[in-house]
Amino acid sequence: MKLAATLLGVVIAALLTIAMLFTAGWSHPPIVGQQNGYRGTGMVQITTPAAMQRLQSANALPEAVENAPAGGDRAVDTYKNVQVLTDLSTAQFNSVMGAITEWVAPQQGCAYCHNVENMADDSLYTKKVARRMLQMTRHINSDDKAHVGATGVVCYTCHRGNPVPAFVFYDGAGWPQAGGFATSNYGMGHPDAANGSTALTQDPYTPLLEQAGLIRVQNTQALPKDGMGQSIQTTEQTYALMIAISNSLGVNCTFCHNTREFGQWAESTPQRVVAWHGIQMVRELNDKYLGPLKDVFPANRLGPHGDAPKLDCATCHQGASKPLLGASIAKDWPELVGTQP
Amino acid sequence: MASYQNIFTQVQVRPAEPDMDLAASRIEREKQAGFRYWLGVIGNAQIGPIYLGYLGLLSIISGFTAFEIIGLNMLASVNWNPIQFVRQLPWLALEPPLPKYGIQILPPLNEGGWWLMAGFFLTVSVLLWWARMYRRARALGMGTHVAWAFASAIWLYLVLGFIRPLLMGHFSEAVPFGIFPHLDWTAAFSLRYGNLFYNPFHMLSIAFLYGSALLFAMHGATILAVGRYGGERELEQILDRGTAAERAALFWRWTMGFNATMESIHRWAWWFAVLVPFTGGIGILLTGTVVDNWYLWGVHHGVAPPYPQLWPPVIDPAAASGAAQ
Repeated sequence: MKLAATLLGVVIAALLTIAMLFTAGWSHPPIVGQQNGYRGTGMVQITTPAAMQRLQSANALPEAVENAPAGGDRAVDTYKNVQVLTDLSTAQFNSVMGAITEWVAPQQGCAYCHNVENMADDSLYTKKVARRMLQMTRHINSDDKAHVGATGVVCYTCHRGNPVPAFVFYDGAGWPQAGGFATSNYGMGHPDAANGSTALTQDPYTPLLEQAGLIRVQNTQALPKDGMGQSIQTTEQTYALMIAISNSLGVNCTFCHNTREFGQWAESTPQRVVAWHGIQMVRELNDKYLGPLKDVFPANRLGPHGDAPKLDCATCHQGASKPLLGASIAKDWPELVGTQP
Repeated sequence: MASYQNIFTQVQVRPAEPDMDLAASRIEREKQAGFRYWLGVIGNAQIGPIYLGYLGLLSIISGFTAFEIIGLNMLASVNWNPIQFVRQLPWLALEPPLPKYGIQILPPLNEGGWWLMAGFFLTVSVLLWWARMYRRARALGMGTHVAWAFASAIWLYLVLGFIRPLLMGHFSEAVPFGIFPHLDWTAAFSLRYGNLFYNPFHMLSIAFLYGSALLFAMHGATILAVGRYGGERELEQILDRGTAAERAALFWRWTMGFNATMESIHRWAWWFAVLVPFTGGIGILLTGTVVDNWYLWGVHHGVAPPYPQLWPPVIDPAAASGAAQ
């Protein structure tokens, strides 16, 4: 009896150890820590050489596309139906078209957006979307410098050779529920990529990155103000968004915050200001550029609620605190700067 | 004569040789009871008799009702899919009402009504179980220490789920049911109220919690260490201090200059354990009602020190531009 018990114990312990070793979430040492705050505050970014290697290869730059001089005939004179790139020379226009193909639809080629019989034809939805995306790119590079800085963005920043960027979001369908009078739980209680496998809301994007929901939840004074402050549910929504941002950027909370007090700007890092402008930018882009495209997209490109694919932080960042690890492709493409309506 | 009763010596404890003079007769103690070897390995080999009584029965029925409400709602939240129910069980939730319902007693069932009902039945169950603990202790002529220790835990439970939400005027402030949901709530609660670690009653609660673990380890180790002198017979050692008690006491006076007695160590442990949820409950009760941001409260009272700035002052861009938050 005693021997059987001992053996059983050893077997169970061995099985548990093996099960534990093969559970997700392990990092192979060495762990590389980079302190980014005052000592003792625990502000440190953690990674491993293997993860850095993976990030490097995931953010390899595409082959450079030759761009052309600004002089010569104007694209508007050479081609019909040029609506956005009206300020470019024909040579510039052609090089931009070549670059877009390389960045967005390398396999599909020109015919992904163009009717090759008549390149000026707008019959393909992809062409209308691409035109709007060009306007958006120019808008970002001209008016959102508070977030993108001098680095700027090009099509490749998000698309990386995919016609649809790898990371977009749709209004959350949530997990299929029985409905009726059973609890709705307001979209909480299911693990998801967006909520970092917590039980928080599955879709923090729709209320906070599509609509301009309130992100700030803490009181700015020690004692209660008159009336109800922000609710726990609002806090959980913010919490889920912050987890999503942290995952999108491959950083932890302390990249922007001193976690002893998340709300205090004076204790935060300068990166938090950049992130704040990023949130404003994403909201504006979803509102003005991505959201309205729902009327242009065919049904199979729409989300479960019939909404257009929209962008969140991961769309550009894709696991790096600076998209493409800070490399600027846009600096070679003055064609992609310039405010457009 | 082997009578050392713990897992290390693995003597099977059976009441063949009752060593203390108990009020209840041996017949009473062994009625409807059985003996299990494996139980004997970790404790008393005897299982039963269980006294249920009407308090216990009502408590179990009420608790089962709460359990069913929670479980069926969780099952509904995965559209009655049993596989997903098992896979997602740690994430599944029964959330409290939305803020717009305030402390309305019956909001719509799918927006917190079930949560209120589950909470009601769970509370009834817990309170009935408390009454049962009290009455069973009295029936045995015991003190009611266990019941009052349990009451301390019930205090924290009621503060979290009922008293504080009432004071705040919103059941939405209460804790959801669910394994990860209630943990996420805990983190969100601290985020909302400016870091609970600056709450002095939270500090006290942690001190008593860690203190309880330390006292438990010290006491367990001490008694096991003097088991060879009969030290595990603590009640006898209290009444008639023997060499086990003397050695244990001298050990602690040698190593830390002071010792609890065979009797007082249990008062230490009881109070430490009871004060964990008691002080914690006070801390929760003050949060949002009296103090809304514990970090700023800490700054005001000199608890939270400033750190040197490592970069140029970071200014709220919303305040700078007047934009939305």
